[in-house]
Amino acid sequence: MRTASHFASAALVSAAVALAALTFGAAPSAVADDKPDPIADAKAFKNFFTQKFPKVKLEDFVNGPYSMSEDMHRQWEEKEQFPPYEFSLDIGKEMFSKPFKNGKSYADCFPNQGIGIRQNYPYFDDKAGKVVTLELALNHCREANGEPPFSYVKDEMAALTAYMAFTSRGKPFDIKIPDDPRALEAYQNGKRYFYTRRGQLNFSCATCHVQSPGERIRAEVLAPALGILNAMPIYRSEWSGMGTISRRFTTCNTQIRGVPLDPQADEYRDLEYYLSYVSNGLPISGPGARP
Amino acid sequence: MRASILSLSSVLLIAGATSVLAAGSEADFKAAYAAAEAANKQAGLLRNQWTVTAAALAAAKKAADSGDFDKAVASSKEAEALAKASIFQATSEKEAWKALEIR
Repeated sequence: MRTASHFASAALVSAAVALAALTFGAAPSAVADDKPDPIADAKAFKNFFTQKFPKVKLEDFVNGPYSMSEDMHRQWEEKEQFPPYEFSLDIGKEMFSKPFKNGKSYADCFPNQGIGIRQNYPYFDDKAGKVVTLELALNHCREANGEPPFSYVKDEMAALTAYMAFTSRGKPFDIKIPDDPRALEAYQNGKRYFYTRRGQLNFSCATCHVQSPGERIRAEVLAPALGILNAMPIYRSEWSGMGTISRRFTTCNTQIRGVPLDPQADEYRDLEYYLSYVSNGLPISGPGARP
Repeated sequence: MRASILSLSSVLLIAGATSVLAAGSEADFKAAYAAAEAANKQAGLLRNQWTVTAAALAAAKKAADSGDFDKAVASSKEAEALAKASIFQATSEKEAWKALEIR
């Protein structure tokens, strides 16, 4: 039987190891210019990935791990013949066209009746002073029409966003940062979140999706950050189901042993704003499928 | 910076060794648990709690409920140490994230 001292020692050793990992995991202390420059960021982001993967066409980065090798690409092509997200797409289309109890529908809440607009989300809402994602806008629409909001991480939201993404397939991401210091701050907060290490494993989003795309983490091939949201929502074989952007962000945090924030917390909305902006010009390919 | 962290690690290890002498009682548990919860709350304010901290707190509570205060104190100390590491991480990352940025 283990004694209390064993537990205490083991606990403190693990904390000490964690602290040492934090220290040695730190990268060289180069300091960036603090003034946000989204245009320069997006250019540098694309340059980084196209130079790292010179054989991958820019528009192919939206296929995530399936863009990383010919073998993976063949798997994706075969998967697309009987796409596993198709059932969700059908449900989403039906849900989208079904009127609310008050007779209105999702189409009444969005520009162009909600068709072919995925590439414009998230956007900065100058009235609220915050980033509005498509998932959030869908729930705002429901609540404005007397319907209860959907969970951000469950199938209904995935189905709705799958359908809306499908109607935007091929349209390039077109995220705007208006001339508003709050919008620039939201963008910068998203960028900071992306690069900040967190969780006991001391990983940032960039640890996997900038430093190690194309490499395996256990059985998975890591996706590049460029174009990573273009295919959302996704059917993941690992999940045996569909997943929204909210589900992806919260799961990533849990996997690195961090307590996830609430779905659609400001940090996640800002993160989505940043990641979408730096993928401007790349086509929407959602809904997608991932291993 | 690294020297100070290694010193902190050493302090934690020494604290672990000296805790052998401390027999766990309900009062010890309550004090250790309160300290751990306070540190974890601070990590929460920094939006950087760790799942393992929550697990250690739950283990401490479970052990205390079953009357095993030695184990409850040990788990509380583990939780406190993990919470302090998460606070350190959040604090250092306020500037350190810039080193990873694509430029």
